[in-house]
Amino acid sequence: MPDALLEVEDLRIHFPTQDGLVKSVDGVSFRLERGRTLGIVGESGSGKSVTSLGIMGLHHGSRAEITGHIRLDGEDLVAASPARVRELRGSKMAMIFQDPLSSLHPYYTIGNQIIEAYRVHHPDATKRQARQRAVEMLDRVGIPQPSARVDDYPHQFSGGMRQRVMIAMALCNDPGLLIADEPTTALDVTVQAQILDLIHDLQSEFGSAVIMITHDLGVVAELSDDILVMYAGRAAEYGSAADIFASPGHPYTWGLLASMPRMDRERLTRLVPIPGTPPSLIRVPPGCPFHPRCRYGHLNGGRSETEVPELRDTEHTGHLVACHLTAAERAKQWALLAAGKVPEDARTGAGAHAGDTA
Amino acid sequence: MVTFIIRRLVGTIFLLIVVSMITFAIFFLIPRLAGQNTYQLAAQYVGRNPTRPAVLAVERQLGLADPLYLQYGRFLRGILFGAHYRSGPDVTYCPPPCFGYSFRSQLPVWPQMISDVPVTLSLAIGASILWLIGGVSIGVLSALRKGTLFDRFSMGIALAGVSLPVFFTGLISLELFSYKWPLFPNVQYVPITSNPVEWARNLVLPWIVLAFLYAALYARLTRAGMLETMSEDYIRTARAKGLPERKVIVKHGLRAALTPIVTIFGMDLGLLLGGAIITEVTFSLHGLGLFTVQAVNNQDLPEILGVTMLAAFFIVIANLVVDIFYAVVDPRVRF
Repeated sequence: MPDALLEVEDLRIHFPTQDGLVKSVDGVSFRLERGRTLGIVGESGSGKSVTSLGIMGLHHGSRAEITGHIRLDGEDLVAASPARVRELRGSKMAMIFQDPLSSLHPYYTIGNQIIEAYRVHHPDATKRQARQRAVEMLDRVGIPQPSARVDDYPHQFSGGMRQRVMIAMALCNDPGLLIADEPTTALDVTVQAQILDLIHDLQSEFGSAVIMITHDLGVVAELSDDILVMYAGRAAEYGSAADIFASPGHPYTWGLLASMPRMDRERLTRLVPIPGTPPSLIRVPPGCPFHPRCRYGHLNGGRSETEVPELRDTEHTGHLVACHLTAAERAKQWALLAAGKVPEDARTGAGAHAGDTA
Repeated sequence: MVTFIIRRLVGTIFLLIVVSMITFAIFFLIPRLAGQNTYQLAAQYVGRNPTRPAVLAVERQLGLADPLYLQYGRFLRGILFGAHYRSGPDVTYCPPPCFGYSFRSQLPVWPQMISDVPVTLSLAIGASILWLIGGVSIGVLSALRKGTLFDRFSMGIALAGVSLPVFFTGLISLELFSYKWPLFPNVQYVPITSNPVEWARNLVLPWIVLAFLYAALYARLTRAGMLETMSEDYIRTARAKGLPERKVIVKHGLRAALTPIVTIFGMDLGLLLGGAIITEVTFSLHGLGLFTVQAVNNQDLPEILGVTMLAAFFIVIANLVVDIFYAVVDPRVRF
């Protein structure tokens, strides 16, 4: 295996609150190599944004309790001093956010904001050099007339253009790692593809690694090499994008796929929502955190209610799934689901179903 | 930008004219509507226990029986160009801006009023600098240390500051620091031109007492504003860039939180320039506030009219300055 740029090992991010300990991220591990893209997928509250903010060291100052390891180029960020993490922030790792309007300061020109980002990590650069760099970056992300628009304010740009500005700002120090937290959610559908293409182009140009955080499987399908599906602060499934789209192994991933409209399916195939809501992160259900919403929980004789499933590579292909079902059972159920046979609410007819399949 | 300022200036002039109309109406139209005749109005100008001929002479001299629009025209002309008053063979000239003659002293109102302005100006500007610096820094520190002992303590003090009236804190401070331990004995106004050190020494107590009231308010406002801006997305962006925390707080947080504070500051300062009434009375400082109180006590109509116009003028100008400031600071404000 080549050296990983980013290695996250057993990361836990907990927030003590008056109501109890919020386990936003609870033992997540993944690795990312240079030039590759990892998609982190999950519903809101699954811990994907908290993970990315944890990597950036942006939980400092809040009461977050962070354990585990985050190694960027071999350097452990969890153990590093806040000052050191600040130095790395913006220079070796950068982040773009969901809403580009509120993420840019309304009182400063975009040039000013990019120059600031550049100069904080290039203290020797003159104002002129930094400005030149800003214009160059704006040009690179496709802002027309960059030398004139560098003096404009964020409110003078459209949503897509603002996200381009954010990308220019994030990449101006040529960081090895770019974290994109739902970069297209707040944008017009027509602009979303443009922004994703831009990120992809720049990634191959700069050779950076990208973490793409989204709840939209369509977004990761296009861009990601690997996918991490998160549920209730834990990894539900982790593997290559090809594997996960070809043979998703976790019922939660099935749920995500079945609730997503697709162009390559018959129009009459109904979208199937995942029943219920994501669990409270203070009182995560015992056993498999997904079991109260799982349509297949009855297939393993109650283990899912008591035993936490481990993230296992059952077929030794590098495709990890945290589920009590056997690989064969999962393959069978997915085949049925992919053929359009939705279990008629497996939970209500649990007994009958168990008998059928056992 | 220039056209914006010109447009605002023109607007300000109109506003001042409207203010003068309303002020004039309060003193001349409303009494008429309330059934007072011009003789009774004139009687007010003559002083206590007037004789009938004297009142009639004043009524004629001031043209109080004329239609109101003529009187208003004269009033406005007096302010802009000065006025001539005929009493018998003599003609007295009142140079612009003419607000007529005081009943009490028989002197023109304007020079008297203007001689009191430096006192109020010294008091208001000194206190405002104190409360702006004090209030904002306490507010920022409180916001950053939200929930700590410092935050609770300073917000408790702030609550006291907002609740305690100046005549209480002022008298207490005089009792303690002027009489019991005479650090600042015999507080009185000394012009800055004659002795700057004495000027400052005499104003320390009034500055602190007045600033305490406002600093408390500003600390609370700044704290609330900072708490709000520091949770904005662009603060997270600033941190994600790797900016030092001090720069995040001052350049990105405080800059945005300060804008509404400065707006209120402009209004408060404008209001105070028209006379810090209670503070001036408490410390016997002869500024516009004390001038107003005395004018009201003496029912000195021209003085009241004059000081009302002057105070309104300060507020309107403060408004103008705040508007221009806003346009400079916030690029989203359209010119």
